[in-house]
Order: sequence, then structure tokens, then C-alpha cells
Amino acid sequence: MTLATSPARLLLVLLCLVITTGAAGAEEVRGTGDLGIVIERTASAVQVIETTGRTSLGRIAGLGDLSHASAVFSRDGRYAFVFGRDGGLSKLDLLTRRLVKRVVQAGNSIGGAISQDGSLIAVSNYEPGGVRIFDAKTLAPVADIPAVYGSNGARSKVVGLVDAPGDRFVFSLYDAGEIWIADVSQPDKPAVTKFADVGQQPYDALITPDGRTYIAGLFGEDGLVMLDLWRPEAGVRRLLDGYGRGEEKLPVYKMPHLEGWARAGDRIFLPAVGRHELLVLDAATFTEIGRIPVHGQPVFAVARPDGRQVWVNFAHPLNDTVQIIDTQSLEIVHELQPGKAVMHLEFTPRGEQVWISVRDADRVDVYDTDSFARIGSIPADKPSGIFLTARANRIGL
Amino acid sequence: MLAAALILTASAANAAPLSNEREAALLYLLRQDCGSCHGATMGGGLAPPLLPQSLAEAPDDALIAAILDGRPGTPMPPWRFEINPDEAAWMVRQLKGGLAE
Repeated sequence: MTLATSPARLLLVLLCLVITTGAAGAEEVRGTGDLGIVIERTASAVQVIETTGRTSLGRIAGLGDLSHASAVFSRDGRYAFVFGRDGGLSKLDLLTRRLVKRVVQAGNSIGGAISQDGSLIAVSNYEPGGVRIFDAKTLAPVADIPAVYGSNGARSKVVGLVDAPGDRFVFSLYDAGEIWIADVSQPDKPAVTKFADVGQQPYDALITPDGRTYIAGLFGEDGLVMLDLWRPEAGVRRLLDGYGRGEEKLPVYKMPHLEGWARAGDRIFLPAVGRHELLVLDAATFTEIGRIPVHGQPVFAVARPDGRQVWVNFAHPLNDTVQIIDTQSLEIVHELQPGKAVMHLEFTPRGEQVWISVRDADRVDVYDTDSFARIGSIPADKPSGIFLTARANRIGL
Repeated sequence: MLAAALILTASAANAAPLSNEREAALLYLLRQDCGSCHGATMGGGLAPPLLPQSLAEAPDDALIAAILDGRPGTPMPPWRFEINPDEAAWMVRQLKGGLAE
């Protein structure tokens, strides 16, 4: 009898201890490596999520207009800096799930970056066109780089802002067709190098994970433009010049994104503008190897971290589908219909799961990338961007 | 030009009212999909703002045409495949009056 009850009692006591500890330790010590945020684009809020148990930990509200919002993370993975459409720059504490500080630094913004050493936050603005730089600790203004071009003092919208090694930020001027490098080794006195006439309407850009190559996509003409940041003095080089020449271009119902672009082994996968195609480039020479016909106009083409698969979502009205491409065979190996308006996808750092926001279904779904089974789902109010803290340790993210 | 505008306005005014469901769907499209370039609150983005003050001077027929057929030379695509002229006219009225928060 006693032999039988003792272990049961012990278990009960242990259970009580666990419950008590759990309740008392609402702010228990934990890391942030499995945390992330989901943007709720019209609710002015983000949800803080964790990818181990695949749950939502809470919501932080009062963040303004978050349509097209994006985020970067402090190097310790504790703070998220959220860039809102309305010029709002918000610093969030993922552990306490509180808004630490929010400034409205411009009238209309598109994104931002964190400096190599984590001390500066740069925001790319449409109105007034330019880049503003803030202290990451306090969000106090540090420097202002107006995107003035031409001879009449006009300002350009700024897109494709990334951080680069050597205390640099790199960005593109949509209206001006220019690429600028801002060296912020003296944060309050940025030294700007300008590359003019790079092509019409650069609409977004990426930087390779080694921080060496900056590539901007052009909307006004077929092609991309590349800048070698190891040899900026060599100037810009055009890639895939006129890749759709002679073909009728389809109207574009959502601008493709180059961030989260896909490199898999010796190949690079990019969304083609206005075509139901992925472009495949040779990673060494940046020349076209081929094109893969896909379901619609690609918006994001993201490589699973191991590079074996590329997952693609599509523009309105074909935005209920995700296609998975095998990077060896270049075949579409699987297709999912998560629901209407798939906005974004984000892999966990080692790629075993992918989080997918399904805006019109008000859900974020989690898929196993091996079996393609849905292994989790979280309700969210019109979710769009998903950003995991692993980005804190990646150049250009 | 003026006559064309009058005819358009008249035809829009005479059009059968849209169903509540269709109006809700068009408002959703405005905020969510037009919003990806024009901003969810229509304050602008890569594309120009669509606020009452920014549209006040623009003729209705030009705005309706822009919705239906896009604006060549800009990223604005044609929407005729899923929006008819009466619906475009209704959207222009909504935008000029200001979308409810």
C-alpha cells in the first residue's frame, strides 16, 4: 500500500510544484531564439509567437498602419523594430511583450534595417523621400539622408534598404533610378556614394547572405542591376537585361519581393515581374539558366534554409496557392492551397517548419516542410509579414 | 469630354445599386489589395494617396478609367477582369467621400 501510494504522492507534490512555479514565473527566464512576430496589418498590432510549441504568446497593439509592415531584430534577439506604413517606428520587447518606444518619423515608410553593430536603425521613407537613422537604444534621431536627385530638388521614394558589412546601409531610389551606399562609421555624418542611371524604377532589392552583392529589381524595364560591395568602384552591372523582350508583359497585381530571395546551391531563384515564372540564375555568373513556369505571378520565392526547396506564393487573384519547387530537378513537387490571400512565408532557422500567413482566413498556418502536413494553426487578424528572431543574425535581414 | 463625363455620371447614377455583399467585397478589396500599393488607409505608398483631398480635383471618369484599364507607364494594373464600370464608379464615390475608419 505505502509502496504503491508513495510514488503517486510524490508525483502529486511534484505536479503541484510545477503548477506553482509556472504560475509564479509568468516572466520565467527564457531565450528568444524560437520567438517571432506576426504582423496584423489592419489591427495595428503584432502577435508574439514561438515556434517550439507553435503557439501565440500574446499581442502588442497600438502600432499604427501596418500595411506592408516589416521588422528587424536587435542582435540579442530581444527587441523587434517594426516599420509601419505611416512612418511609425516601434520598438517591441518580445519577452515582456510591451511596446518600449514608438516614434512617427515620417509620413510614409516602406521598411528598414539594423546596422552591423546593432546600434543604429535606418528607415526608408516614401514621404519625405529618403532614409532616416535612429539610435537603436532610444530611437532618438541620429542622421537624415534626403533622397534628393536631379537639378530641381525633387525627392525620390526609397526602397530596398539593407545593412551591409563595413557600417554601411545600401538602398535604391525608385523615382531617380539610383543606388546609394551610406557609410555610417560616423553615425551623425553619413558618407554617401551615389550610383546614377542604374535603370528605371528599382522597386526592391536584396543583399547576398555574405553581404557582398546588392541586387535591385527594376519595374520600369526588364532586368536587374547588381553592385559588388567589395568593389563599388567598379560600378553597377546589369543582369538579365531585357529578359522578357518581345513578350507581352502582364499587368502586375502585387509587387514581387526580393527579400527572402532564394539561393540554393549554385542557383538563384527570383520572381519575374509580370510573368507567371521564376527566373533561375547561375549563382557564380548571375546569368540566366532557365525559367520555371508557375501558378501565377510570384510574390515571394523563399529557399528552405538547406536550399533543397523553394516555396513560392502568388499575386492576387491567384493568391490562394503555394508551390514548392525542388531545386535539383526544377520541378514543382508539391502544391498547397492554404486559403485565400497567402501573404508571406517564413522558415524556422533549420527549415523543418514554415509559417504561412493566410490573410483572408485570419490564420497563420504551420507546415512540416518534409511531409507538407499542416502541423499548427494560430488565429490572427488579417496576418501579413512573419518575422522570426533568427533574422537578428543574418546580414541584410 | 464633358458630355462623356455627364453620360458616365448619369449611367453610374442610374445603375442598379450594388448588393451589400458586393459593396463589402469592394471595400475589402480597396483596403487589402489596393492598399498594398496605396496604403491600407489610402494614404499612399509606392502608389499615390487615394484620400478625398488628393482626389478632389480628379474627374470621376479618369479615376474610373484608371481602375478599369490601369495607367500605362505606371504599375497600376487594369481591374476590368473583376470590377465592372458601375462598381468602379461606386468605388470612386467611396474614395472621394473618404473610407470609414
